[in-house]
Amino acid sequence: MEEVPHDCPGADSAQAGRGASCQGCPNQRLCASGAGATPDPAIEEIKEKMKTVKHKILVLSGKGGVGKSTFSAHLARGLAEDENTQIALLDIDICGPSIPKIMGLEGEQYVEDNLGVMSVGFLLSSPDDAVIWRGPKKNGMIKQFLRDVDWGEVDYLIVDTPPGTSDEHLSVVQYLAAAHIDGAVIITTPQEVSLQDVRKEINFCRKVKLPIIGVVENMSGFICPKCKKESQIFPPTTGGAELMCQDLEVPLLGRVPLDPLIGKNCDKGHSFFIDTPDSPATLAYRSIIQRIQEFCNLHQSKEENLISS
Amino acid sequence: MEGAAEPGNLAGVRHIILVLSGKGGVGKSTVSTELALALRHAGKKVGILDVDLCGPSIPRMLGAQGRAVHQCDRGWAPVFLDREQSISLMSVGFLLEKPDEAVVWRGPKKNALIKQFVSDVAWGELDYLVVDTPPGTSDEHMAAIEALRPYQPLGALVVTTPQAVSVGDVRRELTFCRKTGLRVMGVVENMSGFTCPHCAECTSVFSRGGGEELAQLAGVPFLGSVPLDPALMRSLEEGHDFIQEFPGSPAFAALTSIAQKILDATPACLP
Repeated sequence: MEEVPHDCPGADSAQAGRGASCQGCPNQRLCASGAGATPDPAIEEIKEKMKTVKHKILVLSGKGGVGKSTFSAHLARGLAEDENTQIALLDIDICGPSIPKIMGLEGEQYVEDNLGVMSVGFLLSSPDDAVIWRGPKKNGMIKQFLRDVDWGEVDYLIVDTPPGTSDEHLSVVQYLAAAHIDGAVIITTPQEVSLQDVRKEINFCRKVKLPIIGVVENMSGFICPKCKKESQIFPPTTGGAELMCQDLEVPLLGRVPLDPLIGKNCDKGHSFFIDTPDSPATLAYRSIIQRIQEFCNLHQSKEENLISS
Repeated sequence: MEGAAEPGNLAGVRHIILVLSGKGGVGKSTVSTELALALRHAGKKVGILDVDLCGPSIPRMLGAQGRAVHQCDRGWAPVFLDREQSISLMSVGFLLEKPDEAVVWRGPKKNALIKQFVSDVAWGELDYLVVDTPPGTSDEHMAAIEALRPYQPLGALVVTTPQAVSVGDVRRELTFCRKTGLRVMGVVENMSGFTCPHCAECTSVFSRGGGEELAQLAGVPFLGSVPLDPALMRSLEEGHDFIQEFPGSPAFAALTSIAQKILDATPACLP
């Protein structure tokens, strides 16, 4: 669907194709036929494809630049340290696909034998290519990623998302609706300017009935490499993630401090875990990853009990 | 509805500047806010149009959360931030019933609101309209550029942090500008280093050098580096006027220099 009128009632509304504003719209006949109201067959196809994927985790934030891709990459690497676990990392940030760079991939799709990556970044021939797509085209790409990629036997599928609460987020939740998502990990920094967007994201999750595994507070404190004293570059002027999590009754999975080596390693596509195994940030990541695994395993055993009972 | 550009509500707006980045969280809203404040302190009348519908940050940064938008005979009146009416703002943030309500809209609905923000806000006489955008190269950006094109925007300020991951996204944004015919006034590098308040050691928290390299690569002016500055962060969190309150702060010099470059690059208007 390309150009739609200003007051388009929406393709899935009862008025679709029938409202006054629909006159002259190129999609009027399609909407009036009720095509918009029937569920997309891709949802069932994706459900089939996802049968071999045990756990699906979305990494979200309302806010940009808080470290979703950084966290997704570390989560993937951390889980993949167990060679018996198959990990897939899917980057659905169509306009700003950072994952290939952070994972050190130029075009190959496997970081390790047990860690595979998919991103629109691999489909672009030049680093200057811009993906200037409207919502419907982005949605189509996400559908293709989920339906047409041969995921195989995967223990964890991690989906990195762009900031916001729009097409990409609605689409991934809609397309995975029948396949069951374990939950969302929501990333924030301590600042109110980030928390105010994250509260919206939490409300989005509740609206679309997406379980929330918990919140990660990133860039939480900075240790000066010279004098080792701590400063707050991004001060938690309104109580940080801790207070927000208390107010909204979501778990705080942990806090990751700002370590300049994280950024440097992401730029080079290296594993921060390997290069700085003793950093407080590494320890924080590992603890958070463990809590996510516990959540997923708990959920899996609950489901198995339900099926067997 | 197409037609020749009726001057309408943008008739009195002399110069339009868009603030873009491919990357999220680099400081577009921060730069938009501080640029507007600096231009206002230089005696200009400034409006800010916040077209980030999912994450509207500007109301809070200017201490304007919870303000109401009123109708006037020419459409919506923007929210004035001072008695002299020298700085005004429009954002979806003002239209939400609850501040934590998520705007979960697909592209077409976002496009429709952005077109309305451009045509139905009675901006009045402005020297500058600063348009803050969300990250990316998608619906909001295309809608804003299409709606603003008849009014010949002065150009775009493109914001990055020093990291390669940011520069990687911002290169794509520069392509977007080229493809849509939007002149790039320059690149601003934000979060360029942090000076430890305890020992004054400066650390490149988010790597270094990306902004200048990007400007050189793209053949556009490098407007300056803005350091990480806790006083700036606090001002934004608390909605204070950083330009007025912290003239000695590290970020002040960089931000006012960027504003001066914009003033210098603005063509003089014909009487």
